[in-house]
Amino acid sequence: MAAISCIDLCKYYQQGDAVIKGLDHVSLEIDEGSFICLSGPSGSGKTTLLNAIGGLDSLDSGEISIDGERVDLLDKAALADLRLHHIGFVFQAYNLIPVLSARENVEFVMQVQGVGAGERKQRSSRILQEVGLEGMEDRRPAQLSGGQQQRVAVARAIVSQPNLVLADEPTANLDSESMEKLMAQFRELNRTHKVTFLIATHDQRVMEWADRLISMEDGRVISDVLQDHG
Amino acid sequence: MALPAAALMTLSWRNLWRNYRRTLIMLLAITVGVWAMIFMTALLRGMVDNMVRTGISTLPGHVQIHAKAYRDDPSVTHGLPVSDQALLTILNGQEVVAWTGRIKVPAMVSSERDNRGVTLLGVDPAGELALGFDPADIEEGRFLDGPDDRGIVIGKKLMERLETRLGKRVVVMSQDPDNDIAERGFRVVGVFTADLESREESVVYAGRDVIQAMLGVGTDISEIAILGYDYRTPEALTASIRKVVPADHEVLSWLELDPYLSTMMRVMDGFVLVWMVVIFLALSFGLVNTLMMAVFERVREIGLMRALGMRPSGIVYQIMVESLLLLILGLLAGNLLALGTIAWLKDGIDVSAVAKGMEMMGAASVMYPVLEWPDLVLANIVVIVLGFITSLLPAWRASQYRPVEALGRI
Repeated sequence: MAAISCIDLCKYYQQGDAVIKGLDHVSLEIDEGSFICLSGPSGSGKTTLLNAIGGLDSLDSGEISIDGERVDLLDKAALADLRLHHIGFVFQAYNLIPVLSARENVEFVMQVQGVGAGERKQRSSRILQEVGLEGMEDRRPAQLSGGQQQRVAVARAIVSQPNLVLADEPTANLDSESMEKLMAQFRELNRTHKVTFLIATHDQRVMEWADRLISMEDGRVISDVLQDHG
Repeated sequence: MALPAAALMTLSWRNLWRNYRRTLIMLLAITVGVWAMIFMTALLRGMVDNMVRTGISTLPGHVQIHAKAYRDDPSVTHGLPVSDQALLTILNGQEVVAWTGRIKVPAMVSSERDNRGVTLLGVDPAGELALGFDPADIEEGRFLDGPDDRGIVIGKKLMERLETRLGKRVVVMSQDPDNDIAERGFRVVGVFTADLESREESVVYAGRDVIQAMLGVGTDISEIAILGYDYRTPEALTASIRKVVPADHEVLSWLELDPYLSTMMRVMDGFVLVWMVVIFLALSFGLVNTLMMAVFERVREIGLMRALGMRPSGIVYQIMVESLLLLILGLLAGNLLALGTIAWLKDGIDVSAVAKGMEMMGAASVMYPVLEWPDLVLANIVVIVLGFITSLLPAWRASQYRPVEALGRI
């Protein structure tokens, strides 16, 4: 479980003479076990916000806390440990390690965590089966389709049972059926393990799964609404 | 947090072969570099070793005893007796492999056609053989039978200069203790060859008793040549002998008798290290370039690993392991190639085309590579240690990428 507090986040980029507002005084409170979608056009600040919360990018100003711990004050090693033990990432580009097989990619984080070989294999087999990649464990990324690669990336993000999953356009390269399956898996994890999900997306169908929909534009939050699934 | 050793090795090994052409080229460079370090060092060691051995066999011996004034004026008036019991005890003791007393004076050798100035050695042939004279060097005839042999053994070059030949007579002239001419006719009973042509031309061997009688010096000799066990460390034997010889005797090791050679031997150790480091420096540019390329190609992947929770130190370990794997493979191939080359050339490399130049340095016209295991170990240590240090830069660079920027790279 992870509660996230973002206070007055600012992140600006210089592009020639122009200043691009990545995040422009963004403040958010995210409860433990939330299932949230971030929406907005390209350049609205969705990815910047995810990166900042995950400690992948620094801020110009503002404070981010996860479960009361100030992320913006952590050093590189501490940020790495935070990501390793508490955060799962799913990127738009599948970002798999090309020299490792599907199973090895899924086990990568667990290996860094120091999880034993037996448990690693058991957990990776189960998760790969759940994402529909049974029998493809030994294939390298180049031998998998885009959708299959994304499923490996998802499996890698959730296999270590993080408290928080930050997903940037996770369904961008998936067909409808795969998208539905993936979102169902996310939702299941959210419900059973109270994993907090923060999903940046353009996809209206993905947004429909969210309990809370935050819309961004030009680095600002322009709407923040709860959705009732009745 | 970093990957466990086995996973680190697996990942590094696979990464190494992602661009197998580049890896193979780098491996080839390391292999050739290591081969050059080991083989060329062995060749240099062999050359210096040969020069030292040739020098020692020419002296001969590791230690020599003379009368104090002899080296300034090598005449029969500066001879010495071999009667001191304490000295004989050491000479016949454990520290000495062999020794011999010799007459060594300047002389003139004349044939019916020409004459030459030479160094006349009055020797006990058994002692000379024990000190290293090689019977195989006798190209024609025989070596002396004993100290009372009335024949003379001359070098091949001298024979050509004098236009004489085996069985012919030559006249040897020198000075007796009264500075009168002492001369005697000898029949040429043997012709020797030597690694150094100058030795063939300037040295003649005759029986010691015969020369002592010719010069009228009784049983006195010019020098005692002593062979110890290790030419590299003659100091202890020299010190032992110095303790017991009379005050008018001079005891010198070959290091003092031939300072050029001894300096060369000592300089060699430092030179080997410099040589290895220089080769590695040339190699290191390739290594850094290869690793930098490997890092630049994988910036996005490195960013991913950082995003997934690998610490910067974990990235450093991974790049370092890749580098070490590359170095170890190169070392293995380089060592095998060098050992193979040395074994293949165990009968020597004929450089007689430049024999004159080699002789000027005191080296023979056949070079034998001599592998000294400390050199092999040193080459491996230099490559691993400097390779490790060289790899730190690309590894550190890789660890410093900000994940968000690295992930954004294409």
